[in-house]
Amino acid sequence: MTDPDSRARWSAPALRARLARRHAAERRFRRLGAAAIVTAMASLALLLASIVWNGHGAFRAAEIRLDIAFPEAAFDAADPRDPVAFETALARADTAALLRDALRALFPEAQSRRDVRALQALVSSGARGALRDALRADPSLLGRSASLWLPADDEVDLFLRGRIARQTPEAERRLSDLQIAWIEQLEAAQRLRRHWNTRFFTSGDSREPELAGVWGAAVGSFLTLLVALGLVFPVGVAAAIYLEEFAPRTRWTDVVEVNINNLAAVPSIVFGLLGLAVFLNTFQLPRSAPLVGGMTLALMTLPTIIITGRAAIQAVPPSIREAARGIGASPVQVVGHHVLPLAMPGILTGTIIGMARALGETAPLLMIGMVAFIVDVPSSFTDAATVLPVQIYLWADSPERAFVEKTSGAVLVLIVFLILMNATAIVLRKRFEGRT
Amino acid sequence: MSMPEPERRERERAGRSCAAPQLRADPSAKMCARGVDVYYGDKHAIKSVDLDIVSDEVTALIGPSGCGKSTFLRCFNRMNDTIPRCRVSGSITLDGEDIHAPDMDVVQLRARVGMVFQKPNPFPKSIYENVAYGPRIHGLASRRVEFDGIVERSLLRAGLWDEVKDRLGEPGTALSGGQQQRLCIARAIAVDPEVVLMDEPCSALDPIATARIEELIYELRGRYAIAIVTHNMQQAARVSQRTAFFHLGELIEYGATDEIFTNPRQQRTSDYITGRYG
Repeated sequence: MTDPDSRARWSAPALRARLARRHAAERRFRRLGAAAIVTAMASLALLLASIVWNGHGAFRAAEIRLDIAFPEAAFDAADPRDPVAFETALARADTAALLRDALRALFPEAQSRRDVRALQALVSSGARGALRDALRADPSLLGRSASLWLPADDEVDLFLRGRIARQTPEAERRLSDLQIAWIEQLEAAQRLRRHWNTRFFTSGDSREPELAGVWGAAVGSFLTLLVALGLVFPVGVAAAIYLEEFAPRTRWTDVVEVNINNLAAVPSIVFGLLGLAVFLNTFQLPRSAPLVGGMTLALMTLPTIIITGRAAIQAVPPSIREAARGIGASPVQVVGHHVLPLAMPGILTGTIIGMARALGETAPLLMIGMVAFIVDVPSSFTDAATVLPVQIYLWADSPERAFVEKTSGAVLVLIVFLILMNATAIVLRKRFEGRT
Repeated sequence: MSMPEPERRERERAGRSCAAPQLRADPSAKMCARGVDVYYGDKHAIKSVDLDIVSDEVTALIGPSGCGKSTFLRCFNRMNDTIPRCRVSGSITLDGEDIHAPDMDVVQLRARVGMVFQKPNPFPKSIYENVAYGPRIHGLASRRVEFDGIVERSLLRAGLWDEVKDRLGEPGTALSGGQQQRLCIARAIAVDPEVVLMDEPCSALDPIATARIEELIYELRGRYAIAIVTHNMQQAARVSQRTAFFHLGELIEYGATDEIFTNPRQQRTSDYITGRYG
């Protein structure tokens, strides 16, 4: 070991230089790896920061406090205890007039028809519905007057956030000098505020940015994913088990395998075309429905789930199968009692990754009509619906400036959903691993 | 798995009795193999082997690596069925019944002919579940007390009861290697098999654990017909009553262990057991 010959051999300059080069190569590689991680994290942080920066405004909305009088005459003197008559009276009532009266009481100088219209434009068209809601919640308001916070127009919101510059010539901005003067008076009277925007999380789409919400799209996404999951999980897992554990290795299984791998690489819009041709045109299923969307996304994610499922099943040690077979378990028992429970964490991870991809998918859904403008929140699998990524696409396409931040807000909601799904995947995996 | 070609041949040979020219019919033979050939694709892994596994005795299969001992052992409970491209032909009987006969259920066969593997492979479940699994799938017990009895009896016989009786709920994989192997033996004997096949059960264990398993094999001998594959000549000499020496897929010599080790008839056997190759 320590004889001088070997020491001389290992300390020869050529060998030392070689050793130094090897160490240098390792350091270089480590630095490159760290740099790659830093780059990836930085771009992710940049992306998130820009979305949050653009989108946080969507979570707050401007509101105007108005003193509204509810004269019984305006509501046909309906009795709130009779729900049908009361509802009819609410629908018939000229709530716009109530709003106009309240505004004119604040600004008596607005006399001309044009001025009154400009004044009314400060309040969102959703304020009329808000008045009805207030009455429904508290029928005793009838015959009295109340001070209510009502949604302001999106332009007011933009102005409050400084997105409308006063230096801009009047003709080039959406608010006139007069309107800006009113807004400033309202602010001074503490009749304007920016408040948590519940509407954004509870309502469907709207042409008015201040009334538009993501709830309709979120429910649509949920229903669509539910259909996709319900179809793809049993089919995908069964296919993976059959191919891995039961199918004889023949040329046919090779063909099937190659085709599954190819399907995983097919662009998603092709699945949309398939859904359009088969589900809509051949089977006459309802257009824009979560049912069809889910079926299309199930087709799209099926190969992914089969491939990850097979990988998870392959990862189960063969010794476990041998042990079960050796004790006399039938092939189905071997799979059901031993292979599947051990492969489940991997299968679930693959499934949730597939579902997360389906959640973010837009293209195939455009093909089957889920890109329609839909105000109502879907309540069944066959209702017309849209999904979050398509909603983002629709808003990004809208001309109103206020939709810019709605778009980023919806992106944030989508990201939160994705994080929740991945967290679920981790929790499920941990639970399954802990059990076995 | 389906293997129509060898199975058909099996049926043709099914009528053959245990009596073979080379081997005297032994009335105590539990399992008889006659003219067994095994092919892996084109490779002829086992060449026309005749061998008996006898009740209340331990039969050791020895031979150099790759000689086909394990492959042959796995024929007795048809574990080779699941290996693609592996074909088995010849006749193997259990109490005179052909194990390849169409009315022989492979699932039941494996309950009657249990197996212990080279590497301890407990299920990633509790110790209790490991032992109770076989009886459960074969419907040998239905009530909790019955299962408790089977688990206790099997673990006692496998010499593991005292070490694990207070922690039956812990995972079987948390035990030491030697304990895991005894757990696997307990699992195999929980269904009361008639034959126990052991495929190098000690090769992954240290000498102390090996000694425990050997003791155990010695104790189990009176209850089951045991066949054990081993690389360890001393082990074969210690635990077995009969020894079969395999070389390159052929059964070179088969006889009483004492005779094989003291007075081998074949030159190759004597070369192997004296350590000249292997």
